[in-house]
Amino acid sequence: MNFYTDNKDLKFHLQHPLMRKIVELKEKGFADRGKYDYAPLDVDDTLDSYDKTLEIVGDICGNVLAANAEGVDHEGPQVIDGRVKYAAGTQVNHDVLTQAGVYGMSLPREYGGLNFSMVPYVMCAEIVSRADAGFGNIWGLQDCAETIHEFASKEMKDEFLPRINKGATCSMDLTEPDAGSDLQAVMLKATWDEKSQRWLLNGVKRFITNGDADIKLVLARSEEGTTDGRGLSYFVYDKKDGGVRVRRIENKLGIKGSPTCELVFTNAPSKLVGDRKLGLIRYVMSLMNGARLGVGAQSVGICEMAYREALKYANERVQFGKAIIQFPAVFEMLTVMKAKLQAVRALLYETSRFVDVYKAYNLLSEDRKLTPEERKEQKEHQKQADFYTPLTKLFASEYSNQLAYDSIQIHGGSGFMKDYPIERAYRDARITTIYEGTSQLQVVAAIRGVSTGSALAQMRRYAETPVKPEHEYLRHALEEMTAAYAAATEQVAAVADAEYTDFHARRLVEMAGHIIMGYLLLLDAQRSDEYSRSAEVFIKRAKSWNAERAAYIADFKKEDLAAYKAVLEDKPVE
Amino acid sequence: MPKPLKIVVLAKQVPDTRNVGKNAMKEDGTVNRAALPAIFNPEDLNALEQALRLKDKIAGSEVHLLTMGPGRAADIIREGLFRGADGGVLLTDRKFAGADTLATSYALSRALGRMKPDLVIAGRQAIDGDTAQVGPQVAEKLSWPQVTYAEEVTSYDGKEIVIKRRLEHGVETVSSTLPLVITVHGSAAECRPRNAKNLMKYKHARTATELQEHPEETHANALKDKDYLRITEWGVADVGGDEQQFGLSGSPTKVKKIENIVFAAKEVKRLSADDRDVSELVKELIANHTIG
Repeated sequence: MNFYTDNKDLKFHLQHPLMRKIVELKEKGFADRGKYDYAPLDVDDTLDSYDKTLEIVGDICGNVLAANAEGVDHEGPQVIDGRVKYAAGTQVNHDVLTQAGVYGMSLPREYGGLNFSMVPYVMCAEIVSRADAGFGNIWGLQDCAETIHEFASKEMKDEFLPRINKGATCSMDLTEPDAGSDLQAVMLKATWDEKSQRWLLNGVKRFITNGDADIKLVLARSEEGTTDGRGLSYFVYDKKDGGVRVRRIENKLGIKGSPTCELVFTNAPSKLVGDRKLGLIRYVMSLMNGARLGVGAQSVGICEMAYREALKYANERVQFGKAIIQFPAVFEMLTVMKAKLQAVRALLYETSRFVDVYKAYNLLSEDRKLTPEERKEQKEHQKQADFYTPLTKLFASEYSNQLAYDSIQIHGGSGFMKDYPIERAYRDARITTIYEGTSQLQVVAAIRGVSTGSALAQMRRYAETPVKPEHEYLRHALEEMTAAYAAATEQVAAVADAEYTDFHARRLVEMAGHIIMGYLLLLDAQRSDEYSRSAEVFIKRAKSWNAERAAYIADFKKEDLAAYKAVLEDKPVE
Repeated sequence: MPKPLKIVVLAKQVPDTRNVGKNAMKEDGTVNRAALPAIFNPEDLNALEQALRLKDKIAGSEVHLLTMGPGRAADIIREGLFRGADGGVLLTDRKFAGADTLATSYALSRALGRMKPDLVIAGRQAIDGDTAQVGPQVAEKLSWPQVTYAEEVTSYDGKEIVIKRRLEHGVETVSSTLPLVITVHGSAAECRPRNAKNLMKYKHARTATELQEHPEETHANALKDKDYLRITEWGVADVGGDEQQFGLSGSPTKVKKIENIVFAAKEVKRLSADDRDVSELVKELIANHTIG
């Protein structure tokens, strides 16, 4: 089994026309060629290396991670003397991926990385999660290295980054008992110690994924007396220095292999990343965007797994003398699952490409001044990435839950039993709409794209791409949907009431997302007929989903909010 | 720290007989190699892992692969490089063709005479022939001691190498000096995966023949002056020796008949290792035409 080669979608997205430009930007004139024996010669050579490296990861996912997933789910990690011990399978997974040399995939070669673009890196996150969604977190936390690379000093980069490729694990320590969605409330204290000339961390962190990692990025309050986000700074902590104890690990519904820790910091020495006071407002926001894309990839991996398990079962299970896939009620479900899977995957890789372009320009700007055109392109792509990232997280995580639900439904009673892997996927999917920002918070982040009109501009850009004559009717449908979306947006804006806007925000963001995913599938169908069916199914469905939302908004007056606010008067019974 | 070792791993490219489809056999009863993907013999991968572990422990050690086969068997060398080997030799020559285990062992032992390793590690047997003869025969031809059915090389202190053997009724630990031939059992640790950096470094490694036959491979040709990307090819002339002992002329084995047999019952016969029991068995096998 190879989770890369058995999925044609991945190769299709790896061959997207924009990849050539991304590779050229990322490889900066192929300057590493003389310096590293594994550096590529040109664009084709790079794309070939992406493909072959994905084959390695696909092989490990299909044959090692997937085989270990059930055991990991049963066994889970343990705390022994304040340290985390992974489930046996988790440790094997990590060791094999380390031997394969694929950690630090997106880091530059001077830090032992592979200098890959986001697209293949995100693909790895997807297939890792298809095999074992919980392990997807341990894979995805190498994002921390990306933050160190972007914001830390050269000295700090030299100290920490080369360890990533050799298997050092990471964690991002943000959440505290009283600081979840609202990170401005973080209280963990950082004090400068004159004697030892270093920062010391004291306090408690909660819900920290992979909390006993070798390298931690910790959000802490460095400015005494402050209470908001401007008093927070970012620190890097090295496990070798001691001072952090794992108090307990949570007993969770899903992703059981991923240790979720409560940590006690006692004079834990650490180093400041970048500048003081920029911890939350700059660095965490950047890390968070990477992590959200990571959860997007994790969710798409779960979607893929859920679809495959449902398809397999529906073909094998015979009732009333035929395989159940023959029944319209079942084949309709499977078709919609597939359309959602391919649509949200298209969104995931479109987002990854946007991130790739602006990050490559960021790196390039360290070497030389960008031309005005390049700066413009950098800004545009950053803006698109900022809108598309929460959109991806929102849809991918919601779809992973919907697909896992439908997949169990197709399995019938068997799906409810531990005998089939789908029940694990169902439990694992549940966290994806919650961590790294709930769906509700993704809407808050994405609504700016709606209100500033950048979503609309993007739809119109997609509409300009010529399509085959037989697809004209789909483009026409998308144009109608765009008009209805624009009307609904205007109507909400015209009420000019913050609460009213917040109330409808999710509906508007979802309408925009459906149209964008519809366009992406339509454009994919221009490059390959494989996507024509999904484009047709998704766009027609999306039209009705959007019509429902538009109708609700159209009938909804500001006074109607009162019916919803009545619940505020209901007192919970103790 | 022991001084660095030069280890040669014997590896064979075999048809993937574990995933046999309908077209696996031709009408004449021979293997239809075109219908089966060519893979790295599984137990040779176990052997490679044991070699790489020694290399990890003893700084400066090198692991090289030795394989015999047609030009496409260069894939085996590349696969080894991707997983951590340092180089390899492909024995390829029309005069090697048609070799049974005896002629194969002769050719390999001639090549080993030129490569001069301290230690040779091979898989116990290949999944196409299942003879388990090549490793032991190579040891005999080199006049080196051999340890078969190895599961793990547990230690090497520079003088004595200690090996755990997996036998039918348990585990046996033996020690030896070098040089030595080890054959590794499938119960040994699985081989490590391909390493992405090694893959990118070595993916353009080619034999001289491959470079000549594929001028369209522009990347490989652009890098042809890099020594580490040249896979050594040796023919009969490069290894020397008695030409009559190579290939078909050096192979006493003749296939008499091929039958599809489904075992109805399993019969086990236990023999002691003394000469009388062994010669009794040989007589019996000759009598029922299993051999001879």
